[in-house]
Amino acid sequence: MKKLIVAATCALAVMTGSVQAKEWKDIRIAFDVPYEPFEYKKPDGSLTGFEVELAEAMCKELQANCDFVIQSWDGMIPGLLARKFDAIMSSMSITPERQEKVLFSEPYYNTPGGWFAKNDETTDPTDMDAMKGKIVGVQRGTTMDTYVTENMSGVVEIKRYTTADDMVLDLEGERLDMVFVDYPVGEQTLLNRDGFHEIGQPVKLGEGVGVAMRKRDQDLAEQINKALTKLKNDGTYDTIMKKYFTYDVKM
Amino acid sequence: MPDFIVQWLNTHDVFTATTMLHYWDGLVTTVQLVFLSLVIGLVLSVPLAILRTVRNPFVSGPVWLYTYMFRGTPLLIQLYIIYYGIAQIQGIQQTFWWEIFKDPFYPALLAFVLNTAAYTTEIIRGALEATPHGEVEAAKAYGMSWFMRTRRIILPSAARRALQAYSNEVIFMLHASAIASVVTIVDLTGAARDIYSRFYAPFDAFIAVALMYMALTFSIIFVFRHLEKRMLRHLKPLS
Repeated sequence: MKKLIVAATCALAVMTGSVQAKEWKDIRIAFDVPYEPFEYKKPDGSLTGFEVELAEAMCKELQANCDFVIQSWDGMIPGLLARKFDAIMSSMSITPERQEKVLFSEPYYNTPGGWFAKNDETTDPTDMDAMKGKIVGVQRGTTMDTYVTENMSGVVEIKRYTTADDMVLDLEGERLDMVFVDYPVGEQTLLNRDGFHEIGQPVKLGEGVGVAMRKRDQDLAEQINKALTKLKNDGTYDTIMKKYFTYDVKM
Repeated sequence: MPDFIVQWLNTHDVFTATTMLHYWDGLVTTVQLVFLSLVIGLVLSVPLAILRTVRNPFVSGPVWLYTYMFRGTPLLIQLYIIYYGIAQIQGIQQTFWWEIFKDPFYPALLAFVLNTAAYTTEIIRGALEATPHGEVEAAKAYGMSWFMRTRRIILPSAARRALQAYSNEVIFMLHASAIASVVTIVDLTGAARDIYSRFYAPFDAFIAVALMYMALTFSIIFVFRHLEKRMLRHLKPLS
């Protein structure tokens, strides 16, 4: 009798599990705002941006009811794992370290990293001799951080910042010789102002940005991948991209 | 590090040899920062506390204002003002001051010294004011000058009374030093944040660092307990 109950319970669990697995009618997607032009708030308070519009198109494709959640970056992965939301579409680059914790969809965009400095600094960042002893600012935990740490530690002095604002302030105050940031961030915060320019070439880094999900939600990942492929092929992706970028970020 | 330890460490996911070296650098920075701020802060606070007890308000007033301001605002704000504020002063980059303030260590040290000196000043002032009248009168009766009775009678007696409160201040300072990491200093907390964001392992990174802070705290408690045993021996119960 006992065995029967156990077996029945197991069967029930498997059944309800599989039923639940197919139903992804409600998806909660997290963004960290503001991160122009990917996700930010309009003056009326509604969310918009490249990733938000892409998420909207994706949800339409999935015929799912999507809820957009705002979550600060530090709590992104913990929040996902704690089931505060089901997916992250907040410019999260795919890295092996993150893959240990979460499941990524196929990449849906990739922006390069850019080198920016004050106008009087013109060193070529690929010239390791000239770079010796320079102080480089990066945002902690970004692919730019990993790149500089792996390729240039010992040559340059690396300073890690939590926010881009603090880093820009230190570049302005001449505590840093140059910064290596996500290209759109540099464009937003530095190129718009006087006295700063881009040095060297933008560097394509990493495997791009993907939708992050919990590892157990394989079925959601499959559906999202299918939807993204469709959007990339039927021109919807390109239309949204052209609204926000002058350069190609498609992947 | 010896090879076999490196090999053993590199079998771990998070706590590899590189990670442990990063923690070690952080530990060294934290200890340096806290030790220097406490020593300089203590040296500053003794004369300040004496000035604070002077009856003339033109002497004690400014000290009161200083301790009031630094105890009334969060250390984080003081650090931000000193670190970012100084960099905003026009032309500071061309003066020799910039050689000192360019490095985040010295702005942080300055903020910590000013903060701990303010608290320590008030601790010592309390102890000075609690000096029993009899001790001062006896010193006067012996014909000691102000300087001599301060040095021989009042300060040693106040030091005994201040010791326990001061040990708290030392521990608070160690814990408060964690905010140095917001101005790019790689102290223990800074190292933990780097490791956290590299491996996305908040528990591993922060629990490890919490244990290190705890070890430091217990060493401080141990030292102070020893000092208390020596300096407060006369207060120990007989049996």
